[in-house]
Amino acid sequence: MLIEALLAVTFVSAFCVLVAPERYAGRLAAVLSLLPLAGSVYAYAAFDGTGNALLGGTPAFETQVPWLSLGSYTVDWHVGLDGVSLPLVVLTAVLTTVAVLAARGRIAERRAPFFALLLFTEASLIGVFSALDFFVWFVFWEFVLVPMYLLIAGYGGPRRRYAGIKFFVYTNVASLVLFVGFAMLVVATPVQSFEFGALAAAIRQGQVHAAFGLSGSALTALAFLALFFGFAVKAAFVPFHTWLPDAYTEAPTPVTVLLAGVVTKMGTYSLLRFNVTMFPNLTHQWALPLALVAVLTVLYGAFAALGQRDAKRLVAYSSIPSMGFVLLGLVASTSYGLAGATFQMVSHGLLVGALFLAVGHVEDATGTRMIEKVSGLGDRMPVAAAVLVAGAFGYMGLPLMSGFAGEFFVFTGSFAAAYAYAPLVTAVAMFGIVVIAGYLLSLLQGVLMGPFEAPVEAIAAASRRDLAPAIALVLLSVGLGVAPGTFMGMIQHAVAGLVGGLGGGL
Amino acid sequence: MELPALTPQYVLGLAAMLVLVVDAIAPDERKTGLLAAISTLGAAGSAGVSAWFLAAGSGAGTFTAFGGALAVDGLTLFFGVIFGSVAALVSLASYDYVRDEPHRSAYFAMVLLATTGMSLMAAANSLVTGFVALELVSLPAYALVAYLKHDRGSVEASLKYFLIGALSSAILAYGIGLVYAATGAFRFDALASAVVDNPHVAVLGIGVVMIVGGFAFKTASVPFHFWAPEAYEGAPAPVSAFLSSASKAAGFALAFRVFLLAFPSPAFAHMGIPWTVVFAVLAVVTMTVGNFAAATQENVKRMLAYSSVGHAGYVLIGLAALVGPTSSDAFVVGASLAHLLVYGFMNTGAFLFVALVEYWGVGRTFSDYDGLAREAPVACAALAVMLFSLAGLPVGGGFWTKYLLFFGAVKSGLWWLAAVGVVNSALSLFYYSRLVKAVWVNEPDGSLDLRGRPVGIYAAVVAAALGTVVLFVGFNLVSTSAFAAAGALVGA
Repeated sequence: MLIEALLAVTFVSAFCVLVAPERYAGRLAAVLSLLPLAGSVYAYAAFDGTGNALLGGTPAFETQVPWLSLGSYTVDWHVGLDGVSLPLVVLTAVLTTVAVLAARGRIAERRAPFFALLLFTEASLIGVFSALDFFVWFVFWEFVLVPMYLLIAGYGGPRRRYAGIKFFVYTNVASLVLFVGFAMLVVATPVQSFEFGALAAAIRQGQVHAAFGLSGSALTALAFLALFFGFAVKAAFVPFHTWLPDAYTEAPTPVTVLLAGVVTKMGTYSLLRFNVTMFPNLTHQWALPLALVAVLTVLYGAFAALGQRDAKRLVAYSSIPSMGFVLLGLVASTSYGLAGATFQMVSHGLLVGALFLAVGHVEDATGTRMIEKVSGLGDRMPVAAAVLVAGAFGYMGLPLMSGFAGEFFVFTGSFAAAYAYAPLVTAVAMFGIVVIAGYLLSLLQGVLMGPFEAPVEAIAAASRRDLAPAIALVLLSVGLGVAPGTFMGMIQHAVAGLVGGLGGGL
Repeated sequence: MELPALTPQYVLGLAAMLVLVVDAIAPDERKTGLLAAISTLGAAGSAGVSAWFLAAGSGAGTFTAFGGALAVDGLTLFFGVIFGSVAALVSLASYDYVRDEPHRSAYFAMVLLATTGMSLMAAANSLVTGFVALELVSLPAYALVAYLKHDRGSVEASLKYFLIGALSSAILAYGIGLVYAATGAFRFDALASAVVDNPHVAVLGIGVVMIVGGFAFKTASVPFHFWAPEAYEGAPAPVSAFLSSASKAAGFALAFRVFLLAFPSPAFAHMGIPWTVVFAVLAVVTMTVGNFAAATQENVKRMLAYSSVGHAGYVLIGLAALVGPTSSDAFVVGASLAHLLVYGFMNTGAFLFVALVEYWGVGRTFSDYDGLAREAPVACAALAVMLFSLAGLPVGGGFWTKYLLFFGAVKSGLWWLAAVGVVNSALSLFYYSRLVKAVWVNEPDGSLDLRGRPVGIYAAVVAAALGTVVLFVGFNLVSTSAFAAAGALVGA
């Protein structure tokens, strides 16, 4: 019942904030967002799941009750957490609290709906990560769009309407395509429910009969591609990334933190849950082309970021290569690759949050995001500068920060993958790190070093309250870097069942 | 004592009579409230009785009356819930809308009589009673569209509606005549056996196509859809809500009865008259025309009108995807029925929001709606829920029904129909969110001066939104009865 309690508390909190007076909305949301945070920490402490929830493992906090009966089909309310989903639930709760705290000083009007929408987003994200039935998952997956659209279009920058509708319609198209693709597969299996575990078993055992004039294997391949398209749009793999720079840049910073930190992780998480878990053979067979998509994502994102003059847009583009690394780890289908990819999802969520918050502080203090218009801010706003430096170095993979652990595992696992040219592909992707280091260092140099220059006379000192969320994220990233075992153990345990029989080392 | 099976219809008819009696004797100053209350309670009572019958399991069997001319089964009761709910919402909202107009008793009586006709359409068991019930819906509907008789738009809309309606009634009657000529039967059960290996293929085929045309008019499907934007735009907004939700559902109720009970598709496919293919084409064209036209509108009411054409296209999947195996036929028909019920709430609510805006006299285009949420956040939140539900997002029951229709199409092997639906659904999100953006995101031009808070319309809009949300969480209530009714119909 813990998951239901988490969801209920978050939804009820959102409604409370919605009807709260404008003045108290931010404070109320901050306090109420601590409840799901505490709940997720408790879930971590009390976690007793074993194995992978889709492959016969025992998920923690599992509930399964009938929800709908649709003729011969049934939809169950089936939720539970395993080692893959729990870290992402914790990440969601952390980043929501951070976003709420960061938003308190930034959002001037219509505050109550803003904070309520943040909490609605949190609730639906928790639902996505804990669902174990396709329709339950799909309900939350689609629900995320509603608060996200309203947050971007209602509170963003000058081009927010365009960015909002682009995000909304593009990701909705992706959902529709993946739905039809998956539906075609489901009707071709003997399974009469939408339960992840039952579907995974049927698809893995090849119980897909011919339908629609296609053979069972062709149908499986089609569904794989439809699902991959749906998740690639959400995770913004190149060439499906075009919604991302606009949405990230136009959204207000706290929303960008959630969007970049968790919403894109829905895509990579679902890729792991569906494509990698349910279609291991196809993942293995198509590992090389998928890995090439990953390499393209890394290199394109990195080089595109290199050319940005707008600091927020630069950070937005820099989040694309990180998703490429996750994909690289997932298609490796090795224990280190899969676990590293999952770890990288959490790590990237923390680091990208810190970076966006630091850039947001620079923008608030100087009134501009253009890199060439500011310089020498290092000694004028030391704490924000420190966060920016820490976030950037975490991105580059500085040891003892979480980025190092994630990328190290991904690369180690990817080198050992069984598909052809795996070491070569991995080496090319690793070259992306050099480019990433290049633009992040030039960002630091441009903004923090040199003589002071800014469109404003003096830099107002940021209050501790404003900086605290960003510092917390950096500390959490360091904590995870020092003790990756916090999550790594449960993640490896949950992905172990995926590795068997596919070859590849590590 | 057992209630008669036709109780929902009797309740509606008696309420209509009561409205006329009360009009003659009640004092003037409180009359509108009393008439609206009788109308709302009568319609809600009829819906309640239908729901009660369904819950008690009366829908499992079939009760026939009047020598088999009428039949009450799960489908009849299910549609009874839809018609009663929509009529109740519309009557509630009309309290404010018609308060300063003449002939209020006639208005409420005609709403109730049209609803009676609709629930008789859902109970029709012969082509003749079906036609008579359909006319009982149409005649009050023409008058209701022209209710604002000093408003040129209202009168013009009614004239167009009437001319096209009369033509389509004639086509329908001719089609029924041809079918009778070929088979010598009116009753559905007699027709079902008379059409098997019928020698008069040409006469029967033309008759069936004409009947399809008659239903296309009533459900606002292509090619007889073009009256809908005109009529819905010109009519008083509560009447538009009533016609686009309930009247459309009534057309589908009769269409499902006729095509599933009287014209079994295997027998017709055998004769070379594959009417499922006709419906597949109609579904594709209807949803595409409706959605593409809706995306280009500047007038909110016309956008909703075209969107209702698009939704007729989705429901037509239920008639297009009948391929034989009982389980997949029952699934897709059940999804269509469920969609009509949820649609009854979300679409009625959206049109009633337009009624609210017309009451305030704000304007008709998207830009006139800019920034309304600052003045009326509750109604605008309700609007957002209903529009997102129409677009198939999981804030309302529309999510389930849209995806179940697509799933049903795929299950019947018509994956391409689902693919067309996908394109349309994505497009619909664009124009629905445009309205949400107008009220919630855009800044108002000048100062909005909203005159008062009309209690009736507000209550109806909020009730429709709540209904949409409740039908999302408690969708099992809908799906169980819808799939049971569909299963009985398909298996019969």
